[in-house]
Amino acid sequence: MSAVEVVGLRRDVGAVRAVDDASWSAQSGAVTAVLGPNGAGKTTTMECLEGLQRPTAGTARVLGVDPWRAPAEHRARIGVMLQDGGLPVSTTARRLLRHVARLHRFPADVTTLMTRLDLERVGDRSVRRLSGGERQRVALAAALVGRPEVAFLDEPTAGLDPHARLEVWDLVRETAQSAAVVVTTHSFEEAERLADHVVIMNLGRVVAEGSLAEVCDGRSLEERYFSLTRGVRR
Amino acid sequence: MSTSPSEVAAPASRTSRWLAQARFETATTLRHGEQLLVAIVLPALALVGLTLSDSPELGAGRRIDLATAGVLALAVVSTAFTGQAIATGFDRRHGVLRFLGATPLGREGLIAGKLGAVALVVGVQLLLLGLLAACFGWHPEPSGLVPALVTVALGAAAFLSLAMLLAGTVRAEAVLALANLAWVLLLGLGILLPTDRLPGALASIAGLLPSGALGDGLRAALVHGQWPLAQWLVLLVWTGVAGSAAARWFHWSD
Repeated sequence: MSAVEVVGLRRDVGAVRAVDDASWSAQSGAVTAVLGPNGAGKTTTMECLEGLQRPTAGTARVLGVDPWRAPAEHRARIGVMLQDGGLPVSTTARRLLRHVARLHRFPADVTTLMTRLDLERVGDRSVRRLSGGERQRVALAAALVGRPEVAFLDEPTAGLDPHARLEVWDLVRETAQSAAVVVTTHSFEEAERLADHVVIMNLGRVVAEGSLAEVCDGRSLEERYFSLTRGVRR
Repeated sequence: MSTSPSEVAAPASRTSRWLAQARFETATTLRHGEQLLVAIVLPALALVGLTLSDSPELGAGRRIDLATAGVLALAVVSTAFTGQAIATGFDRRHGVLRFLGATPLGREGLIAGKLGAVALVVGVQLLLLGLLAACFGWHPEPSGLVPALVTVALGAAAFLSLAMLLAGTVRAEAVLALANLAWVLLLGLGILLPTDRLPGALASIAGLLPSGALGDGLRAALVHGQWPLAQWLVLLVWTGVAGSAAARWFHWSD
């Protein structure tokens, strides 16, 4: 059984069809990268899988469970990093991570996680005063502190400097040794370096899915992406 | 370091999660300067001001007793309504509600945590403001302490329901403006000023508002030792209406 299964997923937001008959899957022990232009339906699909949006039609399954209104026992197995962070700004990174850890029975060690993500020196600073990259790393730590079996990371390296990005990639790969990690990204380099499996979406639909070699079919990921999405390189 | 899954990833117990959230929200509130200003400093200033002046007229009874009952009502409104509406509105704006809703805490844990945090902060407020009032000679009617606590609990429930309705349906900036405006207006609509001090029809209207029911209820209990059943009914109706509306229309994201 796939850790993540999306079958014929449709999600209408008002009059807009954000996701249209999308089907793909992600396996445990692998990183799945979901690419696509803005508005392709990546985040909407992720939020259906995180239980934050209810599919209009089709099914979304995570570890065999329908995530919409799934119980705490299911949510404890899932790690979520939202595109906009979702961090309370009036607390410190350390207090926030300790709080999220307390929601789990077997959390990762907060201090070690903060050291790994180079957050120790800013750990006692209010989240409001952190830089964009620091906030990204706090959000990533919050997603991983519960030691999830499936991690949904929405653009985890957006705004990070090259050093921090390498550290995040290492951590994502390490997490994927025993979990399914689904990452949305606009970075071809990130997808090429991280992903075992690639999904390309455009206008709400899945236009390619498979291993990097299968999707690229002898071309670069960038070339393949542009040929599958808008047709022309903008 | 291991972020790999444990053999059986599991949530902390429900009680632990809810208590953790209540503690987190309480600590965040008590460390937040603006929240402390609204929750403690302004009610304390109101108490001192009302005690040391002769205006406005607060009705029959010792002035310090009447003023303290009103200030305790103000403290409840500050925490359960103004503070929670603004904090929840901006948490919604920043995606905090969505993030925590996706953790083992969930939406029901968020609500439970808010209830716990309001109870804890109101407890701190009652203690501090009660001690300050005692320094000015406050003597609450002993037989009114239990009905006063019931009134505080019902008032907090009504105002928290209104806070959730406002925070879940209006943009964060509008929540900030409306919650602060309401705080000022409610001072004169039964919170500090008893409804029977208001002119004509306004007195009747204010008596049906949660502010009038909370303020008058606390004055009836703490000053006269009464059980303010009519005010409790008003607060229960407001809790039911606002709570149902919030459950129906609350949006978890901006």
